[in-house]
Amino acid sequence: MRTFKKLALLALALVMVISVAGCQAKTSDVATIHVLTMDQAGLKPAEIDQIARDFEAQNPDIKVVMEYVGYDFLHDKIVTGMAATPPAYDAAMIDVIWPDEFIKAGYLLDVSSRVTPEMKAGIFPSAWNGVTRNGKIYGMPWLMDVKYFMYNKDILQKAGFSAPPATWEELVDQAKVIKEKGLVEYPINWSWNQKEGVVCDFTVLLFGNGGAFLDSSGKPVFNDEKGVQVLTWMKQTIDEGLTNPSAVSSDEMIVEADFLAGKAAFAVNWLFQYADSNDASKSQIVGQAAFAPMPVFEAATSAGVEGASVDGSSSFAIMATTPYPDQTWKFLTYLTSNEVQMKFSAEMLPIWKADFEGASLETLKAANPNNPVTVPAFLDQFPYAFERPTVPYYNEASAALQLAIQEALTGLKSPQQALDEAAAKWVQLGSK
Amino acid sequence: MPKPRLTLRQKDARIAWLLVAPSLVIIIGVTLWPIISTFILSFLNAPTGLNQARTFIGLQNYLQMLRDRAFWETIWRTLYFTAVSVSLELVLGLAIAQLIHSRPWGWKFLRFSLIIPWAVPTIVNGAMWRWIYSADFGALNGILMQLGLIDHYVPWLTLPDAAMNLVILADLWHTVPFVALILQSALATLPEELNEAGAVDGASAFQRFWYIRLPLLRPAILVALIVRTVEAFRVFDIVYIITSGGPASRTITISYLTYLNTFSYGNQGTGAALSFLISIVTITLAMIYIRFLYRPEDSQ
Repeated sequence: MRTFKKLALLALALVMVISVAGCQAKTSDVATIHVLTMDQAGLKPAEIDQIARDFEAQNPDIKVVMEYVGYDFLHDKIVTGMAATPPAYDAAMIDVIWPDEFIKAGYLLDVSSRVTPEMKAGIFPSAWNGVTRNGKIYGMPWLMDVKYFMYNKDILQKAGFSAPPATWEELVDQAKVIKEKGLVEYPINWSWNQKEGVVCDFTVLLFGNGGAFLDSSGKPVFNDEKGVQVLTWMKQTIDEGLTNPSAVSSDEMIVEADFLAGKAAFAVNWLFQYADSNDASKSQIVGQAAFAPMPVFEAATSAGVEGASVDGSSSFAIMATTPYPDQTWKFLTYLTSNEVQMKFSAEMLPIWKADFEGASLETLKAANPNNPVTVPAFLDQFPYAFERPTVPYYNEASAALQLAIQEALTGLKSPQQALDEAAAKWVQLGSK
Repeated sequence: MPKPRLTLRQKDARIAWLLVAPSLVIIIGVTLWPIISTFILSFLNAPTGLNQARTFIGLQNYLQMLRDRAFWETIWRTLYFTAVSVSLELVLGLAIAQLIHSRPWGWKFLRFSLIIPWAVPTIVNGAMWRWIYSADFGALNGILMQLGLIDHYVPWLTLPDAAMNLVILADLWHTVPFVALILQSALATLPEELNEAGAVDGASAFQRFWYIRLPLLRPAILVALIVRTVEAFRVFDIVYIITSGGPASRTITISYLTYLNTFSYGNQGTGAALSFLISIVTITLAMIYIRFLYRPEDSQ
């Protein structure tokens, strides 16, 4: 019995020693940094992995572990990752709508002093806007994206149109003809499911009607006449069978699938849809997709609105509590460097201004068969990219707006009532 | 003063405590402490963040929740999901269990194939049904069109009144086999003599089922009911994948609301209060079942 007790105590002591030893930090000369990003728009995981391996080859004291999630999971993954000490990720890709929330939460490292004048001057100013608050910079711009208007040239030609619509009213006229001729059942598709995509599309239409989310005092005004007109128009296009009714449950991937299957004549989507439309392994409309400037409403045109889209850019930020800020910054500056961005410009347009000028522009266009089309489309559309509100409570505010739009689109509430309720929620959130 | 000698019983107790101490520490660390800290959190205004001040606000999180119309709509919606899915699971599960028990031709294959939907992860199941319901590419529209039941594709997941029922259907495909297997195992253990005696006494097949087998199945039904009700009330993943709460929040359940508050909106206090409410409801439901269905003599 005594021997058993001794053995038991010895076993217990061993377990504890092993547990304590397991808690000790590993001492190593190599800093391992974990970087979280999305697997959707921009570069594919294999390409980013390649960049990380190239970086490691040049920096043997830094190991980079990349982790990829779908866009829908990214925000919450960052939030949960920050609950740990040290954080689960040393850097993460952040959408243009999150900086205010994350800065308030203390998640992002102020990198103002690390940004060189060359970086500041070389990258598009609008890309910096996404990570700059009160004069401080909280990340490196990574991807400049905007929603584009794409159409199927063949369908338009068969319908007898020589040019894409310049206004939303013209779009409706063309869609009616396309539908009447039986070319497709539902000529337009959108990502109007109860997620951020519907707010992006609403932004496109709201600013294209001369509207806005907030007035100069920060009061919500998207429920004014212009906002209500937009939502009424959205609902009407469904009722008339012009917008695919499945838009209410579709995200950008479904919109793309519909467009690539030749089932839609028009689609509003991010840049990736164009490259995929020319990929024969995914698309039945190779060579048929084309860009046109995002239409606006006729009334807004006469009021001076030249164009409107939504900014969907993203950046890489360093987590405030990372034990490796220097190593992480080194990786991020490599990842976003002009050299790397040009190398992979076939998949994602660079953030550097110089690449869109002179000889570099020709190099950029030659980088990929799609670039001669996407580069001018980007230069045409990006100046009209509007921001969604930069407020710390954006996610909850956006959810209220998503609900309101869906309630109106499904006929549960009138556009005015739905938007009024969302606006009231925004006021309540702003006063917290 | 000499150290008092421990009795043999006390020595054994000390050793026993020492041996269970590591497990106890782990249980307290990963189970008890999170429950206590969540309970404390539910009385705080606790925005997500590293530098956020947490202030004690008493019952405010609970009161605010109880005053919110959207909260009550979510509760009723979740109860609807739970009631419909669990009752259908029970009826269908019992029917399938009875079918297998009667040993028809191919019953072994049937029992084996039942495991497949149950073994599929919920996320995969959700993704599969999302495609089945897809308006433009979905199998449901394809089949209904071929049968001539519809003349154009229906965007099922955009219909506010249908969406929750479609999620329930997807959930049933995944969970009915679980209930069927539990009940079939229980049926296999019932003494056949009682059934035969009933038959000799002239009881019809339905009477033998209703008066003999069903009462004997009560403990197994109780287990299936408790497990499935608790799971159904906490449903999250299948909703997240199929509808993301839409259309117009018509499929947002209480766990989904908790998730949104805690992680997406950064209201950890509200999220904690909601978590506690889910626990209270599920424990209450389990107690109701035990009160009405559990008979001590069943376990003897």
